[in-house]
Amino acid sequence: MAETMAHAVAHHAPPQGFIRKYVFSIDHKVIGIQYTTLSLVAAFVGMALSWAMRIHLAWPDMRLPILGWLSPNGAPGGLMTPEYYLSLMTMHGTIMAFFVLTAAPFAGFGNFMLPIQVGAADMAFPRLNMASFWVTFTGFLLACATFFIPDGPPLSGWTAYAPLSAVGSVAGPGQGWGQNLWGLSIALFCVASLLGSLNFIVTVLDLRTKGLKMSRLPLSTWAWFIDAWVSLLAFAVLLPTCLLLVLDRLGGTSFFIPGGLVFNDQLQPHSGGSPLLFQHLFWFFGHPEVYIIILPAFGLVSHIMPTFIGKPLVGGWKVITFSEIAVGTLSFVVWGHHMFVSGMSPYMAMVFSVPTLFITIPSVIAVLVWVFSLYGANIRFDTPMLYSLGFISLFITGGIGGFFLAQPSTDSYLHATSFVVGHFHFTMGLSAIFATFAGFYYWFPKMFGRMMNEKLGKLHFWLSFIGVYCVFITMQLTGMSGAVRRYSALVDDFMVPLIPAYRFMTIAALLLGAAQFIFLYNVIWSRFKGPKAPDNPWGATTLEWDTTSPPPFDNFGGRQLVVHHGPMEYDGDESLMQTSPEPSIAGT
Amino acid sequence: MNPTELVVNEKLASIEPERKEHGIVMELSPYGVDKKKLGMWMFIVSDACTFAAFLFAYGYMRIGAPVWGTPFGPSSIANGVLMTAILLSSSLTMLAAVRASQADDRSSAKKWLGVTMLLGVIFAALHLREWFKLIGEGWRLFYNPTGGAAQFGATFFSVTGLHLTHVVTGVIALAFVVRGYSQRRYDQSHVETAGLYWHFVDLVWMFVFPLMYLMNAH
Repeated sequence: MAETMAHAVAHHAPPQGFIRKYVFSIDHKVIGIQYTTLSLVAAFVGMALSWAMRIHLAWPDMRLPILGWLSPNGAPGGLMTPEYYLSLMTMHGTIMAFFVLTAAPFAGFGNFMLPIQVGAADMAFPRLNMASFWVTFTGFLLACATFFIPDGPPLSGWTAYAPLSAVGSVAGPGQGWGQNLWGLSIALFCVASLLGSLNFIVTVLDLRTKGLKMSRLPLSTWAWFIDAWVSLLAFAVLLPTCLLLVLDRLGGTSFFIPGGLVFNDQLQPHSGGSPLLFQHLFWFFGHPEVYIIILPAFGLVSHIMPTFIGKPLVGGWKVITFSEIAVGTLSFVVWGHHMFVSGMSPYMAMVFSVPTLFITIPSVIAVLVWVFSLYGANIRFDTPMLYSLGFISLFITGGIGGFFLAQPSTDSYLHATSFVVGHFHFTMGLSAIFATFAGFYYWFPKMFGRMMNEKLGKLHFWLSFIGVYCVFITMQLTGMSGAVRRYSALVDDFMVPLIPAYRFMTIAALLLGAAQFIFLYNVIWSRFKGPKAPDNPWGATTLEWDTTSPPPFDNFGGRQLVVHHGPMEYDGDESLMQTSPEPSIAGT
Repeated sequence: MNPTELVVNEKLASIEPERKEHGIVMELSPYGVDKKKLGMWMFIVSDACTFAAFLFAYGYMRIGAPVWGTPFGPSSIANGVLMTAILLSSSLTMLAAVRASQADDRSSAKKWLGVTMLLGVIFAALHLREWFKLIGEGWRLFYNPTGGAAQFGATFFSVTGLHLTHVVTGVIALAFVVRGYSQRRYDQSHVETAGLYWHFVDLVWMFVFPLMYLMNAH
């Protein structure tokens, strides 16, 4: 009887055979792990690129034979040309921003956890979900393929600013087929992102189990839900931007290329286009994009913290969720702050500066919620909690730099310096990475049924935390003293005194990278040799902990779940599972 | 549960007595919308942003151009009006198909879906005729034979091309719906979801036609 029951409730029959089970799987859990693995691979690729750049910046004469092998033209004899430096920078940004930061905390964890957290058997559209992963994967392959074509990777930055990105191979190495592949790769990523976010929204709205009202959603689900909206709207604008760029490159149009433009002594056969139009379109996507990256991080940390502090967040689910909604909404009206020095009207700069300062208000509210929640709490310092605290620290440090960059007057000085690079590595890059690590250590037992090693986890945390500050605080300081970003060498006299700082950053970055191998070792070792994980190792309250580790194919083995309250309910010191009936003392 | 919540939940409960997803009882859906339809709405929201970006680029180019060609004479406008009438009628026939499928009148629903597809094909044919006429006059993505801004061809062909792609995709999608509906794999909700898409493509034309045709008439 129980068996027929389980069969009747299965969303779709469990797949048979290796291919359907692990490769072209429609199971959201497998897709979540596929996304996470893809991001992990992408993160190590991106990190290797940053090492090559940092080594070149600190010791410009050092030869890296592997680069010479990878690109005989870009790095003859292993010594990179300034153009190849830009190529590495472009691909570092592209891979990290899209395939790591956008993919891991949203598509990776979201796919695995969101259906379980709402008590569903799968996403609303499992086949679209599978398509979404494989389109992303193809996009990643195309991005990586640029390293192996004769042209090499593009050098126009992850922002692909026109007209450099629009005129074709005359603009330099990588601007022929490299840039074409880049455009195709990102266009595919946009399509995959649409499929993913559409799925997330419908799953949250339509597939919640009995009693799971919106007000009772776990905070991670809330963040993914809001994030899916932002990504649904923002990537829909990046897609036409890529298409118009490709039209300029291959169709001979002049959307982004002005008249009278000379590249390499050749007058370009274009007229009437506007590089500013490209920047408007790109940043209309690009600014929400940084919130697409950081909102899941907000959610992960808000989801993880209550378990380890043993009490609800200050302000309950409402304050944090409404600040996320405010951040998501405002993110669509601040894009011009990336363009203060682009030649846009200074009056427009004023217009964009004001909402940019406004967006700090909900961000600060969120930070205060996390910090105040720690007050008087009996904190358990397990690795997920350490990473959550690390996230808060990095986000505050990075956010402070934002005040200076939000104002046109100070931004004019800082914009082209490495201050900006340090700023965004703190606020969106490493903050999101730290939240992702928090999520990884927190959910690993659920995803793979094994515990990770806590000692190695803590070692990994402290080395990463100190390493990040050594690299990026120094980067902001050199930026304040005028170090120009995007340069492959310290060209000017005034930059020469910065050489020791550059070498310090490079050594710190190499050590920071080396520390990530502790994580990799921990993941692989724990995956096979870690102690078996119980169903609810952290004493958490949400539905993903109300099933086995790892969950069965239909997530709950055909059980009918009824949710009685929100995720942050405590009966004294005891946390209450969302499915456990209301205690007499707790509220709704 | 507070009183307002109770009222809202009762109201929803009257629409859908018990929502089940594969045997599991689910929380009431906030707007009583089925997941396919909701998914289509989300796609429409996203796709609207994509069209908006194209039209924004068009506006930006047009305002920035010192001289903007206006190539459309009375015959082109007449052709455009005819296309508009056909696409609008196809929305009506789509509506008839949805109504028929809701009344479980399968043969009538299939008939109306067929008419909708036919109107879509006629629209595409008229549209291509217009394109070939312009190409014959020397218009290109990158060339303006009247000497005005080269961006006319770029914006006209890309915006209407995107819309035409949507129409053609819609016709193909309707063919799949008709097939699944005939084989009784699909029900009225599939017809309705396809209808949503069709109406959206129609609505987009209501922006494209005045912006790309009427504003470019001489």
